[in-house]
Amino acid sequence: MGNESSEVLNQFRQGPPESFEAAFETLFHMHQRAVYGWILRIVRDPAAAEELTVETFWRIHRAHARFQPAMGFEGWARRIATHAALDWLRSARRKNELTLEAFEELAAPAEADPAVSAEIRLKTAQAFERLPAKLRVAAILAVVEEQPQKDVAAALGISVAAVKLRVFRALRLLRKDLREQGITP
Amino acid sequence: MNAHDEERMKKLLRQALPPVKGEPERDLWPAVLNRLDAAPAALPWFDWALLAGLVALVACFPASIPMLLYYL
Repeated sequence: MGNESSEVLNQFRQGPPESFEAAFETLFHMHQRAVYGWILRIVRDPAAAEELTVETFWRIHRAHARFQPAMGFEGWARRIATHAALDWLRSARRKNELTLEAFEELAAPAEADPAVSAEIRLKTAQAFERLPAKLRVAAILAVVEEQPQKDVAAALGISVAAVKLRVFRALRLLRKDLREQGITP
Repeated sequence: MNAHDEERMKKLLRQALPPVKGEPERDLWPAVLNRLDAAPAALPWFDWALLAGLVALVACFPASIPMLLYYL
């Protein structure tokens, strides 16, 4: 996400209405791609990522008085985006299990291991979707997207140790689920 | 689960869910403006808490009603 002048951030936080709206629009255009990209990594659904980007900036607009310019807009926006994505993952809108067709539409891994069949990858993806949302988000950001753990911790509003614990619990539950299906990872 | 198992599970997860990247297909600014226009003026949570407290006070101590009416 880009750097913004402290003037824009101050106008966003406590400027008069016209300056605030102009600052909000400036910040939106500077950050919409990065916010969308961050949300897409979590929800893995382009349409939902667009919807949640709009939701995130709506929440940002509503909460502007609580923004601390010293924190930087990027981290604050990421945290709000992460919570919007978590709410979406927890909601009924994501109840349908991943189908083979939808799975095949996803990009294949760059270095696909021939020992791991498409069926095992599909079952792993389906088992992953059954995990609690907060474990999924930590695992997807830290393991799949390989984001620095301190960034994941900041986005979730938890400590680095808590991120490690959530990732460990996600992997352990995933292994248990796969074993129950007769798959030994 | 030991460290070896953990690494194997991470590798399997990366195989099942490759990283995704992308950009929005359209400018989302008009959608944000629509969302801002459509948003109802929601009461903050502390207003609801205050209301709940008042209702509880009146339910528990009906004698306080005249005092509340006096201060309204």
